[in-house]
Amino acid sequence: MKIGLFIPCYINAIYPEVGVASYKLLKSLGLDVDYPLDQTCCGQPMANAGFEHESAGLALRMEELFRPYDYVVGPSASCVAFVKENHPGILEKAGHVCMNSKKIYDICEFLHDIVKVKELKAEFPHKVSIHNSCHGVRELHLSSPSERNIPYYSKLRDLLSLVKGIEIFEPKRIDECCGFGGMFAIEEPDVSVCMGQDKVKDHMSTGAEYITGADSSCLMHMEGVIKRGNLPIKTIHIVEILASGL
Amino acid sequence: MSTKHSKAAARFIENRKQEAWHDETLWMVRAKRDKMSHSLPEWERLRELACEIKLYSNSHLDVLLEEFEKNATANGAIVHWAKDAAEHNAIVEEILQQHKAHTLIKSKSMLTEECGMNDYLFGKGYDIIESDLGERILQWMKLHPSHIVMPAIHIKRQEVGEMMERVLGTEKGNSDPTYLTHAVRKNMREKFLTADVAMTGANFAVASTGEIVVCTNEGNADMGTSFPNVHIATFGMEKIVPDRESLGVFTRLLARSGTGQPITSYTSHYCKPKEGGEFHIIIVDNGRSDILARPDHIRTLNCIRCGECMNTCPVYRRSGGYSYTYFIPGPIGINLGMLKDPVKYSDNVSACSLCLSCSNVCPVKIDLGEQIYRWRQDLDKIGKASTEKKVMSGGMKFLMERPKLFNTALKFAPVVNKMPRFMIYNALNAWGKGRELPAFAKQSFNEMWKSNKIK
Repeated sequence: MKIGLFIPCYINAIYPEVGVASYKLLKSLGLDVDYPLDQTCCGQPMANAGFEHESAGLALRMEELFRPYDYVVGPSASCVAFVKENHPGILEKAGHVCMNSKKIYDICEFLHDIVKVKELKAEFPHKVSIHNSCHGVRELHLSSPSERNIPYYSKLRDLLSLVKGIEIFEPKRIDECCGFGGMFAIEEPDVSVCMGQDKVKDHMSTGAEYITGADSSCLMHMEGVIKRGNLPIKTIHIVEILASGL
Repeated sequence: MSTKHSKAAARFIENRKQEAWHDETLWMVRAKRDKMSHSLPEWERLRELACEIKLYSNSHLDVLLEEFEKNATANGAIVHWAKDAAEHNAIVEEILQQHKAHTLIKSKSMLTEECGMNDYLFGKGYDIIESDLGERILQWMKLHPSHIVMPAIHIKRQEVGEMMERVLGTEKGNSDPTYLTHAVRKNMREKFLTADVAMTGANFAVASTGEIVVCTNEGNADMGTSFPNVHIATFGMEKIVPDRESLGVFTRLLARSGTGQPITSYTSHYCKPKEGGEFHIIIVDNGRSDILARPDHIRTLNCIRCGECMNTCPVYRRSGGYSYTYFIPGPIGINLGMLKDPVKYSDNVSACSLCLSCSNVCPVKIDLGEQIYRWRQDLDKIGKASTEKKVMSGGMKFLMERPKLFNTALKFAPVVNKMPRFMIYNALNAWGKGRELPAFAKQSFNEMWKSNKIK
């Protein structure tokens, strides 16, 4: 099975260490991973802002880049969800049948459901609070949405439970939005900041040292709030914990 | 790129204490709803059923509404059809005229709000008395509902107490809810006894029986309809359900979703006029049949007005009902406003982070968040897209479609990290409001890969 590593634009630019951890983690599990060069963006920022047609070219480009692979795996639930849920419709208008949507996975989903990892070498002797991101929860089903009456599950918790020394918490409002939402953050800055501050506070009330999750975009937003307020909590992408010691 | 919503939201959040109280109060309703929905193992099945019944009913309006009319008429009711708000208000006025009525006692109805009926009738010299406690408070304060189920949720009891000192002469400084409710009760008793005509909305209309169903917690609809000889009930035509079996699906969902109660205190079925009286029923279209022609938005007609999408919406809770420009706020209001007049109400489309909590909480499975996403795609076509957003989106497209340029940009990007704070966090930078910008990495992932640093 050939895996193409999907590194979204902002991870490429701001959090390359998340990409590195993803690669090392998949590699350490004996998987055949490659990074198709010169990736940019999936087009979600434009589409969520109301310019879906501007993401058609990017969706097509992703189709070409990942054609040789059996799986597309990326460390960003929201971007993966966009490819999975929205690329088919966008590409249909361009007369193209989307292939990526059928083979793309968030890395946690991939490890949990496809690779079915049962053990990890990782060790992380810290308290972490899981950030259940909106698109991870409600589009990719990484955990049970709090609105639904279905038994609790969390693929992130299952994976983190394989890490030695870790203590796992979740905020009181278990999957409330952090207020990022792409251009929402700048079009509705007051509400967005308010949501971000409330969310960080909720994570802090668990006593955790780190907020962790499958979406660097939410983590980036909360990191911005934390740094501005000099708050005593840090953010870390879940793959960095799962790949610790590699 | 601010919208009317974002500006109004900023004003709401200025009073952070009040905002936090509003957020927490509505979150408590959401938590109560969660407890209730989790107490029913068949909850998700009920939602599915409710959605299917609504999709069926709304695609069989021709049959069901006529069946309703036939049965209601057989019961002795007089059925009227109103194609829009003007016709609706004229029908009500005509009934009032026929009975030489002056005072109308009314239970809560978002439809009369939609039709602007109160203002219309006040203008003609009639007196309309709202009998729902929250609505009565708003009427005294000359305000409109900020929430469709809890219309005065944004007002604190101290403010209500102060208002009642002026209006009802209650004790100075006394804002005890029981005391104030008793004062209103005393005032309302006389209104109930002397009103000429009663009016209610309807939560449901049952085709097979020709009855309408009104759900309240205060019993004010029952009290209001008990004394006058004339009862006018009005409902939007999507309120039709085929029969009592299907009605049962909705009564199980409505209060559990809306207020976290197993059922409303009163679920009243109105079938026929009281002896010697008249029972008028108005069936209102007012744009609903146009929605039927919009497959992308047809599910908004599923709405049973439980208001839970507002309670769960992180934006609504932090911006309040008045920050929206349509009379129904929150996720359902954003969508209904766009269906009513997209040019006029496009400012509400920004009030969504696309978290999709509303779509998952909705008891009739309206794809609320997904529809907001679709409305955003339409803004440019109707000339309502934000110019700044358009430029940013276009700029991103240009850059992202040119990997070489993108990679070069990333090489130089770390320079931004070193820019002086006043250049980064200025008034033009909305991100800088309460958040630090992330720092660009010294070397991008792509560069690291190319230079064989990742193995």
